[in-house]
Amino acid sequence: MHSNCLDCDNMTEIIEVKDIVKVYRNGVKAVKGISFSVSKGEIFGLLGPNGAGKSTLLKMLSTLLRPTSGTATIDGLDIVKDAGEIRKRIGLVAEKMILYDYLTPYENLKLFGKLYSIEEKALDERIDDLLKTVEMDKWKNERVKNFSTGMRQRINLIRGLINYPEVLFLDEPTLGLDPHSSVEIRRLVAKLNREMGITVILTTHYMEEVDALANRIAIINNGEIAALDTSENLKRMISEEKVLEVKITNSAKAIESIRELDCVRDVSSRDGELRIYGQGENFVDSVIDRIKSSDSRIISIKEIEPSLEDVFIKLTFGGE
Amino acid sequence: MGIKSEISHTLWITWKDLMELRRSKMRMAMMVLMPLIMMAMMSFMFPSSNSVSNIPVAIVNADSGSAGSEIIYAIEQMNSESKMMILKNASSEEEARNMIVEGSTLGAIIIPEDFSQVLSTRSSTADITVMTDNSNPQISQILSQVLTQIINSMSEEYAVMGLEPMAREIGINPVAMVVPFKAESKGVTESSSYVEFVIPGLLMMTMITSVMTGLPRAIAYEKDIGTMNGFLAAPISRFSIIGGKALGRIIRGFIQGILSLVLAIVLFRINVYGSLLSIFAILFLGVFSFVGLGIVMTSIAEDEETASMIIMTLTLPMMFLSGIFFPIEMMPSFMQTISRWLPFTYAVDAMRRIMVFGATLGNVYTDVVVMLAFGIATLIIAIPVFERGMTR
Repeated sequence: MHSNCLDCDNMTEIIEVKDIVKVYRNGVKAVKGISFSVSKGEIFGLLGPNGAGKSTLLKMLSTLLRPTSGTATIDGLDIVKDAGEIRKRIGLVAEKMILYDYLTPYENLKLFGKLYSIEEKALDERIDDLLKTVEMDKWKNERVKNFSTGMRQRINLIRGLINYPEVLFLDEPTLGLDPHSSVEIRRLVAKLNREMGITVILTTHYMEEVDALANRIAIINNGEIAALDTSENLKRMISEEKVLEVKITNSAKAIESIRELDCVRDVSSRDGELRIYGQGENFVDSVIDRIKSSDSRIISIKEIEPSLEDVFIKLTFGGE
Repeated sequence: MGIKSEISHTLWITWKDLMELRRSKMRMAMMVLMPLIMMAMMSFMFPSSNSVSNIPVAIVNADSGSAGSEIIYAIEQMNSESKMMILKNASSEEEARNMIVEGSTLGAIIIPEDFSQVLSTRSSTADITVMTDNSNPQISQILSQVLTQIINSMSEEYAVMGLEPMAREIGINPVAMVVPFKAESKGVTESSSYVEFVIPGLLMMTMITSVMTGLPRAIAYEKDIGTMNGFLAAPISRFSIIGGKALGRIIRGFIQGILSLVLAIVLFRINVYGSLLSIFAILFLGVFSFVGLGIVMTSIAEDEETASMIIMTLTLPMMFLSGIFFPIEMMPSFMQTISRWLPFTYAVDAMRRIMVFGATLGNVYTDVVVMLAFGIATLIIAIPVFERGMTR
């Protein structure tokens, strides 16, 4: 289920990961042999529950952790042997912000610009440009300490861009942000990808985030890739499955009866609202019949489209 | 990566750390207050004269004759000038002992019943017992020393008096008969007090604790909050990160060290015989010798708290074993051996020789070599350990 890029003809692979494994010193096997490749200019999403191994994978790719075995290359450079060269070409933005509270945005950006050995004049221009991109130019000389989380994340984002990286690693960039700021950050990432052609590797456990941004999504579970495809294809994977959302009276008895149906895979109930998963031509008819025959009255009923969340849950929680 | 850019990266990291310090009013205030409080505390603890005063002492005179009273009168006379003791009367040795146990006196002078008799017949040496509260070893030691000395010199005088007629007959000095020779002690420099003994070590301690406790914050804290990843993912050498962090701490420690030095000179009027340049050099070397060790400890710890705990566990005994507060020679021999393996001992020794004796860097050559060697060796170990600790 590895790389099956849809439009591979005129795309070049910028990241190639082969059988990468990470076993921590305490024996925890965080990544159990993952392979995939990412094309230049792509936004690649790594989706998975907490502890799935996506952050470990990202840390290895951004040279912060050494893989136990396997290899990965960025721009043809090996992440272990050529770590120094790779560091020049990548940017890192994490949920734990790399930002110093007592410094101003300008000073934060200047510090890292200097560490990337960017020449003074070019650096000052770059800082101004980046600050304008995230509309933070009027806060240039205020201390970060007094900023809101959304403002800080915007500065954190451009800090990762100070070296104009070819590949930007985004590790849970919207965790803990309010919805408005999250949308703002996503908009910015899309814009940077579009205008600067930056390849983005994004880890998150927000479905809507990858759904909105990523060209392709790898669902990581338990240290392995559970699925890797475009958002549409992933949804199609379970589209044979039908989901009914019904609200009925006297649900307890009905649930038992519905469960007995062959075409029903699972029934979940929340606040008297049932979600019935199943498949086949007669699925809807049979379910309605069973409800009626068990002295229940239908209050409402609707068939729902599977969401990425359904795919995610199906793949990461056993997915019978 | 050129050496020039490596230095530039190092300095930028140092700049960042110092900016964070400068922007925080609280941290700035504490940095100045720490040496100030420590020096002020020292000045109260160790007043410029190193004598003791107002020690309560019980006197028991059980003597049936008059010699006991004469001795006590002489002691009272002596004490009325020095005010070293507050003399109290006690009826028996038993009572004096109880007074010490209760804590109402710290010592006792006991003249036994047969004192006059033994003295007049000269059948043997007459005894005077000096009893001290040995739960308070320092005072106990001073008291027994001083009292023994007083009593012994009285005894000498008594002997001289007895010999005088005989000595006159044969025409020699009776004093030379009783005390044929004696030692006269003399220091290399004019005077030295406990303060002068302690200050050089305290200076070193101020600086080294500032660096040793500061490093965990500077490294482990940034690792905890995730900002360290910014440095680790940047194309800079690991040495720049360590160097930048350490330099920032050294500068902070240095400022504190100089502040303490100035305060010591102002508050205690201590004489600094060595050159300021040598003092700075030793301050710097002392800190340098510890930076590597600090980084190793910080890197192997999993978080800031653990790092601080390891460092505290390590530095505290080192402070006491290195001879800051009392001479190494006073420790049991196995402790002395441990002490000789601690670089801190050499830093304190060098600083003391330079400040108190006016030694030059050449005089403390061994100390300098030990500190340099220890510093370089630990730094060489520190770099891979740091790298491993950061990318575990």
